Amino acid sequence: MKRIYVKEEWCLGCHLCEYNCAFANSGMTDMVKALRGKEIYPRIQVETDENGVTYAVSCRHCTDPICVKSCIAGALSKKDGVIEIDHSKCVGCLTCVLVCPYGAVVEDGTGVAQKCELCMTNSHGTPQCVKGCPNGAIVFEERGEAE
Amino acid sequence: MNFYPEFEVVRNDSRCIRCRVCERQCANEVHWFDADGKVMLSDESKCVNCQRCVTLCPTRALKIVKSDCRLRENANYSDQTIKEIYRQAETGGVLLSSMGNPNPLPVYWDKILINASQVTNPPIDPLREPMETRVFLGKKPDHITRNPDGSLDTTLSPQLSLSMPVMFSAMSYGSISYNAHASLARAATELGICYNTGEGGLHEDFYKYGKNTIVQVASGRFGVHKDYLEAGAAIEIKMGQGAKPGIGGHLPGTKAVGDVAKTRMIPEGSDAISPAPHHDIYSIEDLRQLVYSLKEATEYRLPVIVKVAAVHNIAAIASGIARSGADIIAIDGFRGGTGAAPTRIRDNVGIPIELALAAVDQRLRDEGIRNNVSIICGGSVRSAADVVKAIALGADACYIATAACLAMGCHLCRSCHTGKCNWGIATQRPDLVKRLNPDIGSQRLVNLMTAWRHEIKELMGGMGINSIESLRGNRLMLRGVGLTEKELQILGISHAGE
Amino acid sequence: MKHYVIIGNGVAAAGCIEGIRSVDAESAVTVISAENHPVYCRPLISCYLEKKTDLERMHYRSESFYTDNNVKVLYGRSAAKIDAAAKTVTLDNGETIAYDAVCNASGSSPFVPPMAGLDTVEKKFSFMTIDDTLALEQAITPESRVLIIGAGLIGLKCAEGLHDRVGSITVCDLAPRVLSSILDDTCAAMMQNHLEKNGISFILGTSAKEFQGGHAVMQNGAEVDFDVLVLAVGVRANTQLVKAAGGEVNRGIVVNDKCQTSLKDIYAAGDCTEYHDISSDMNKVMALMPNAYMQGRTAGVNMAGGDTVFNNAIPMNSIGFFGFHCHTAGSQPEGCTMYEEADENHIKRLFVKDDRLTGFMLLGHMHRTGIYTALIRNQTPLSSVDFARLQIEPQLAAMGSDFRNKVLKGVV
Repeated sequence: MKRIYVKEEWCLGCHLCEYNCAFANSGMTDMVKALRGKEIYPRIQVETDENGVTYAVSCRHCTDPICVKSCIAGALSKKDGVIEIDHSKCVGCLTCVLVCPYGAVVEDGTGVAQKCELCMTNSHGTPQCVKGCPNGAIVFEERGEAE
Repeated sequence: MNFYPEFEVVRNDSRCIRCRVCERQCANEVHWFDADGKVMLSDESKCVNCQRCVTLCPTRALKIVKSDCRLRENANYSDQTIKEIYRQAETGGVLLSSMGNPNPLPVYWDKILINASQVTNPPIDPLREPMETRVFLGKKPDHITRNPDGSLDTTLSPQLSLSMPVMFSAMSYGSISYNAHASLARAATELGICYNTGEGGLHEDFYKYGKNTIVQVASGRFGVHKDYLEAGAAIEIKMGQGAKPGIGGHLPGTKAVGDVAKTRMIPEGSDAISPAPHHDIYSIEDLRQLVYSLKEATEYRLPVIVKVAAVHNIAAIASGIARSGADIIAIDGFRGGTGAAPTRIRDNVGIPIELALAAVDQRLRDEGIRNNVSIICGGSVRSAADVVKAIALGADACYIATAACLAMGCHLCRSCHTGKCNWGIATQRPDLVKRLNPDIGSQRLVNLMTAWRHEIKELMGGMGINSIESLRGNRLMLRGVGLTEKELQILGISHAGE
Repeated sequence: MKHYVIIGNGVAAAGCIEGIRSVDAESAVTVISAENHPVYCRPLISCYLEKKTDLERMHYRSESFYTDNNVKVLYGRSAAKIDAAAKTVTLDNGETIAYDAVCNASGSSPFVPPMAGLDTVEKKFSFMTIDDTLALEQAITPESRVLIIGAGLIGLKCAEGLHDRVGSITVCDLAPRVLSSILDDTCAAMMQNHLEKNGISFILGTSAKEFQGGHAVMQNGAEVDFDVLVLAVGVRANTQLVKAAGGEVNRGIVVNDKCQTSLKDIYAAGDCTEYHDISSDMNKVMALMPNAYMQGRTAGVNMAGGDTVFNNAIPMNSIGFFGFHCHTAGSQPEGCTMYEEADENHIKRLFVKDDRLTGFMLLGHMHRTGIYTALIRNQTPLSSVDFARLQIEPQLAAMGSDFRNKVLKGVV
């Protein structure tokens, strides 16, 4: 299946992916209306290492997802390779935040968990972090796996 | 003396989401975030109008405009002229500029129009019929020769084969970045054309693109060695450059770092100064010696190009080069680009490429030596139409560099000499070099050339010509508008309506 | 065609079903469910009281879970006996079911210490099951004064759940601090402070001596009047079936990393078990939802002929009250050193021993804590990562470029 992969050699650390993510999942059609004057809670996060190398981290959609196994509400599930949160079931216990080894599940600012769903569950249908990356540092592609 | 900045940063605060992309992406440190007031602020005096922030701003909250704060109007002393005087009065230094001459001197391409067939000699539809854009650059035989056994002698001088009559002209590794070179090399390879190393040598990573590489030998001889010469598809001797005829090049020591220094074969941090002349060339005979030295070194496998700037006596100079044993002459017009040149030279020395090209083609024909050489024309070829006009004026192929840089992201801010190119092209700062992903850069170059090739075919088809070879020197296909008798005479074309 | 029997119908059972079906799609599976509800997760009962969820959304799996997995559920039945030799389970109605492998996932039961006069209390409840919750919900009014015995995870979650629906809440505990099983004094004090700000009263360091109807007298002399009593002192693993069958039992049913008991073809998973905590290198009863699922799944795979282990269990808890969260994991072994960062709204305590992160307590700021949890779980040598950076903030950047490139450029 297609996944998001990161090419850190091309990441500029511009953080646009974070804003594109927050906008894509805001449910709004205007970025200014969606994000102006607001703290953003993106599902992708740019890190900087000790040498100044930057790269974006988002859900890896693990083969053996510990977040799904740990969800106390049964709100997390893996469908067609995409790990999704059923927000109607999530009670905000944040156990998923406690177990994700990559720090890819984060709180959404209102106390409940959120994570990258590859923009499959919002109105876009294709990852907006990838689409908006100015330097091709985030790609959405098939890299062959056992599944 | 302080001036009001040349540009103003106009930020539409009602659209700004404080994502700080502008701040992170400006190498000139124009933008910053004020945490107290939670607003983005800017120092316009540092802005070079490269448009990086404008391009990346996700909400279109930014624009850069020309400041309307002017000195008192004066048709003789423009703002620019006065400010240059102030600057020189302050620094005592030579003014430096980058990219091509921006002044409103005549652009002859824009005064030449192309013909099309109507009724008789009907046009050809390139979507339905084959169209040949392939060209071979090099010396062509004048007459048929036979071998002792009576068979035809089919040996040819070495030729440079190009899928279309456009190449990426010389930009050294050092003046532009590793990723810019990678983009050019990969695109040239995919397109079946050539790019040119310039005077910076050839990075070891790019030897694999050798079949699509022209290796340059310039007055400083930087990076030249046997493997380098043998790696390319052709060798170019650089005698001059359109942006700065009569002077050499200068790569400051601050840019001669790491692989740049290694590739040039100079100590890190040392200035790479290319002398104005080749110190071994003071005559056509001397040039001939270098041409043949290079041919000898590469076992006569490769064509040798001699590149000169378009200057007053260009026709005579070209005639000499055509007799020197060179296979190809490259002529670089006065609007050609540069990574850095003294402003006065860039803006005042040399002649327009259109006139130089026409004069050279005519002179070589008149002297019966046109087939001794192919002609490449460069120095602001901006579109497929310019290419077609150049071919019809007598060129075999064109060199483009500014257009190639634009394809890679350049916004023509003309600040290459600062080394802080926000687009990752004219810089060696690793964080900036990274901004040009060769996957994207090479694809954009391929796209541009593919588009031009389509347009060249369309224009050729319209004229009823199905091979680029039939267009070369075919000046009947051109007409001038608004040109004087003298200009028409030099261009060798009739006025529109004639 | 085999027959697998699962005793219990909680999260461990659901894991067991999914484990079995990942290996064996055909054989029969029977679940013995004492409760008349499809699988739900216990901790959600407080969310139910809080109205953050409802009975429908509390379902751990979809409505068609059992039919999709071809599982027969015996609702309202419990197991009375396991005969390891005959490989049968006897139900409370006397019926006997034969098994090829059985998984005891019977969970735990509330533990109520003897307290004088408890039988004089009219409205007293445990807080473990949906039925407990529904009964409690019936008993409360907006004016109710609620006394909760036990300031652990269950008692405090109950307090949060009841907060907007009753008049007052008092929580008492013999321990001198709240959440004594997972927090130290400092962290507990911050959490207690937060709970008190939200109107919960505490009587700590003492236990109830005597009840007289709606009046409780504490050992330290304090007295509380109440309308509703919730008993949340603690739970005990349901070990009796396996113990009676001759299996090894401590405080919980002893299982190995394949979730096997000491008896052949008898597995156990979830809150009823005692298993290895790699952070302290001790066997413990770790009644934790994530571990219950993973044990259940491990048991299921192995029961059905697969081969898998769950060998990196650690205690961990994510719990929050009134918007203030706390994450804890691992343990604080003797001789460990602590890295601390704190201000008035948050505490971060990391415990390190022998070049390993052994545990942490985080209050107030829960960003990417799973990176810490993974360090404990994977027993990553801290000398192989940039622990100074990690102390400041959990980040892949501190794990080295090889690690992050493996994660971000490949399939994990």
